[in-house]
Amino acid sequence: MRKMAFVLVLMLALISTGAFAQDDSVTLRITWYDDGNEGEVLRGLLDQFEANNPDITVELDIVAYNVILEQIPQQVQAGESPDLLRLTNYLGLRGYYLDLTPYLSEPATFEDYFPEGVLNAFRVDAEDEGLYGLPLQTTVSGLYANATLFEQAGVELPTVEDGWDVWIEAATAAAEATETPYAIAFDRAGHRFVGPAISEGASFVNEDGSMTIDQPGFRVMAERLKAWHDSGITPVEVWLGAGGSYAAAADYFINGQAVLYMAGSWQINNFATNIGENFDWVAIGNPAGEEAASGMPGGAALLAMAATEHPEEVGRLMDFLATPEIYAEFTAQTLFLPGHLELPEFEYVTDNDDARAALEVFAAEVPKLADAAYALNFHPKFFDAFNIPTRERLTQYLAGELTLDEAIERIQQDADTAINPEA
Amino acid sequence: MLTTVRDFFTRTRGVNSPDRMDVLTYAYLIIGTLVMFGPVLWLILSSFKDINEITRFPPRLLPYRQQTVEVMGYDEPLPVFNVTMEDGSVRTLARARRVGIEAQMVDPAAPEEIIRVNINTMTPVEAVFFSFDNYMRGVERFDFVRYFWNTLVVTVVATILTLFVNSMAAFALSKYKFPGSNAIFLTMIATLLVPLSVILVPLLLVITQIGWFNSLIGLIIPTIATPTGVFLLRQYMLTIPDELLESARLDGASEWRIYLQVILPLARPALAVLAIFSVMWRWNDFLWPLVVLQNSDFFTLQVGLNSFRGELQTQWDLVLAMTVLTALPVTIVFAFLQKYITTGIATTGMK
Amino acid sequence: MESKQRLKIHHTPFETVYNAVVDALDFVLRPLQKRIGQRNMAYVFVLPNVAIFVIFVLFPMLMNFYYAFTGGSNIFPDQRPFVGLQNFETIFSCTDYTNPNTCREDLFWKAAFNTFGFVVFQVGGMVVISLITALALNRKIRARAFFRSVFFYPVLLSPVVVALIWRWVLQNDGLMNGVLVGLGADRVPFLTNPDWARFWVIFISVWSQMGFYTLILLAGLQSIPHELYEAGEIDGANPWQTFWGITLPLLMPTMLVVLVLSLIRAVQVFDQVYAFTNGGPGTATTYMIQYIYLTAFAGRGNQYGLAAAASVILAVVLLVFTLLQLRAGRQSELSV
Repeated sequence: MRKMAFVLVLMLALISTGAFAQDDSVTLRITWYDDGNEGEVLRGLLDQFEANNPDITVELDIVAYNVILEQIPQQVQAGESPDLLRLTNYLGLRGYYLDLTPYLSEPATFEDYFPEGVLNAFRVDAEDEGLYGLPLQTTVSGLYANATLFEQAGVELPTVEDGWDVWIEAATAAAEATETPYAIAFDRAGHRFVGPAISEGASFVNEDGSMTIDQPGFRVMAERLKAWHDSGITPVEVWLGAGGSYAAAADYFINGQAVLYMAGSWQINNFATNIGENFDWVAIGNPAGEEAASGMPGGAALLAMAATEHPEEVGRLMDFLATPEIYAEFTAQTLFLPGHLELPEFEYVTDNDDARAALEVFAAEVPKLADAAYALNFHPKFFDAFNIPTRERLTQYLAGELTLDEAIERIQQDADTAINPEA
Repeated sequence: MLTTVRDFFTRTRGVNSPDRMDVLTYAYLIIGTLVMFGPVLWLILSSFKDINEITRFPPRLLPYRQQTVEVMGYDEPLPVFNVTMEDGSVRTLARARRVGIEAQMVDPAAPEEIIRVNINTMTPVEAVFFSFDNYMRGVERFDFVRYFWNTLVVTVVATILTLFVNSMAAFALSKYKFPGSNAIFLTMIATLLVPLSVILVPLLLVITQIGWFNSLIGLIIPTIATPTGVFLLRQYMLTIPDELLESARLDGASEWRIYLQVILPLARPALAVLAIFSVMWRWNDFLWPLVVLQNSDFFTLQVGLNSFRGELQTQWDLVLAMTVLTALPVTIVFAFLQKYITTGIATTGMK
Repeated sequence: MESKQRLKIHHTPFETVYNAVVDALDFVLRPLQKRIGQRNMAYVFVLPNVAIFVIFVLFPMLMNFYYAFTGGSNIFPDQRPFVGLQNFETIFSCTDYTNPNTCREDLFWKAAFNTFGFVVFQVGGMVVISLITALALNRKIRARAFFRSVFFYPVLLSPVVVALIWRWVLQNDGLMNGVLVGLGADRVPFLTNPDWARFWVIFISVWSQMGFYTLILLAGLQSIPHELYEAGEIDGANPWQTFWGITLPLLMPTMLVVLVLSLIRAVQVFDQVYAFTNGGPGTATTYMIQYIYLTAFAGRGNQYGLAAAASVILAVVLLVFTLLQLRAGRQSELSV
């Protein structure tokens, strides 16, 4: 007990010194999640920033992506907010961001750096002209193929003008010839499902901001997904497996067990690191449908939070990160597609030729994105009304718990509730 | 005492066919051991594998690594393969590069000549190798020492406070009759049924209003008034005879002195059990720390472990290694104290 | 022997310090007792626990209760519109209560049915397996302490770690399927088939907690007086008769404790399943707390009111259960 008392006193002392120990410099905290090396890359840039700004320290708090979706919004609403926050669902917390306009050295330049659509997504309404954050990356969903397997099978790669059915047929042939277990792995996400559905003619967002789920394009793609599961050409574990982790799908492709993989531009870094020399992979983009050949846009942004006590320092940090050279370095090292419009020429930092080619393919996908895809992506309730219900209800459909009609009805119901909770 | 118990039970339960029962018992226990430890061992073995080996199917028991060899004229060591040549002979060659399905191989002994082979004719030369690479990369991101320290502080402080606060309440509820005592007891027992996970939002509001968000104290205090602890200690204290208290009072002891010098020493077995529970609860707490902590300076091990889950991928190689690290301290403590812990719970757990 | 032990304790440095602390506290607190009276000291003792309990448990629960009658997605109670019983109406609007697909809030009912199934099989399995293990450990065996620890070890692992370990073993490309394929069999969809997934969720939950209940039952077994067995032996009872006639009836109070504790934990199951299957495949392993969590936090539009209503319903059901338990407990003269 005496030892315990001693330990107790010691700990209390340490806790209190921890709480009160402060030096003169301002500490900015960024809540962040990691998919790959971007946290590491940012840390390197922050070290540069700190060297130039000795009065500012920047700390990265890395949490799980689920925490960003499930815990952070409550904390922010309760008034407990980091100084900066990396978000994908940036429409969800509008109103809690800091308008950087007075704190940026040249707000007009900053505004010109980034696509208006994304900057608008941070704003509360059409009147709002504030600058709230920095788009960190653009993403486009799209298909990858294992070229080595096609080559070994002697099956010619279809082109991006060919539809999904052609691709699946070719991939099934390639899988059979090479004894590869699966023709396709498809990320478990509503987001990934959207591109193909829109390509087949779906357009989910109505003018009044409501959504209509029951569309031929949605059905076509859902039935395809169901057929793949029933015939066993896709690993069932991805959609029906454990834990909402989509990791599995990528692993099937990396491991050479799936000929095709539906994901998006963000996987390039992962593939460059983990596939290495094992096989040749190519980014395809989005196979054409009846109406379009569109992927789904997306991205992550770094938002300045209104609750910060150090708006000026946050402004300085944003200025630094938006600098074309710095932003280019971030992009080059993370193998992201940039969300910045005025970058100087830069070289992606990789010695993987497949990765370079894939970056070009996905950059070319951006102009092909359908308006319907943008409308959905910038819908204020995209996550709660579409992305997650589609994922969950389609899973129930694939598992045989619901018919497609029931699933669509449920998604519609979930969407309506999310868009208008008071109704 | 123990021997008589043993003798006794063998006599009563094993008398008719001791051999058959014994065989059954041991078979059950050994299979049980496999089921209990097997998965943990598998996790540990997997944590030493590189990412390719981790995703390999069917998996292999031990971690392997491909052999490499330094070859003249190449900067990096080259991976070694056994290649079946066209004439059927097998040669051990190093791979210089791969283009599609064709690989360019060199013989380490004669590096000038390039031998082109189909990649299907080669198998990697591998050897068992326990790689600490996952651990090294993991701790770069996962500040093990800091998280460990935070978890330790939370566990120790919360446990000590739990013991004191709960035992004081249990003392009052077991040894005094006062208006409201029943109401207090029953309310506490009733709340046993509602888990913390359903009151996260209101609790978060309370914590932020007090100003304990992002602090270890906000993590500790809400968890210490455990109904289970009060219940367990109260039931135990009921068995302490009131005469002891009365005689102490006659000796002029104050109530505090009675609590500290009569009740607490006598309730030591129950306190020990509560201490074990509390340590387990606090060490393994997951959801509450996620809610109350934003600043990674205060992260606990479980929160840190969770942070390897990104939007688009889980870094399994790192997760496996860090899971082993997270479970290690409890395992070590258990290895040393297992006898004490198991007998403690078994003898006083449910008086 | 008693006095010798006490003497020894008196001389440990710990005791010396402890006594000094007691003396100091006594010096400070004795005037307090003088002022408020000996009997009222009970309030002083109970105060810290009650204060913390009220602030951090009871008050949030009452607030949660209020949430159940409000709508919207704001977290501040004063900014939430009062909607009366609407959340409850939403939950209870079904055309056929036995078929969740006909309910407006289908997930609630799926979760309710799943939870019921889970509780029945998990608690049943837990009691039976813990009892068998306790009986095995109660026999004269070698390395008893070792085996006891083996079965207890998983109790120490965090729910997240347990879930991770078993996902790693059971996933499609995991160890179990590796062994099956090695033996020439086909892969089994352990986590993608709803029935298998339900089985494994119950299995890992028993796996990770049985050690605790085994120890409690072991203690119960060891407290059964020897004389009874001797008498049974004289009467010529075989082991089977001994078990049903002596062991089980005398173990009943302990069994009841195990039953109550495992029941409470089973209904509240969350962390482990959240990390293990996250409710899947589909909704096969979505249980009540998970439903509440999803509704409030994870992509169902932060419907705190609906989630709170569900938790109120859950609490009422549990309360009824507990009262029945308490009654059963009194009847079997277990002091609860």
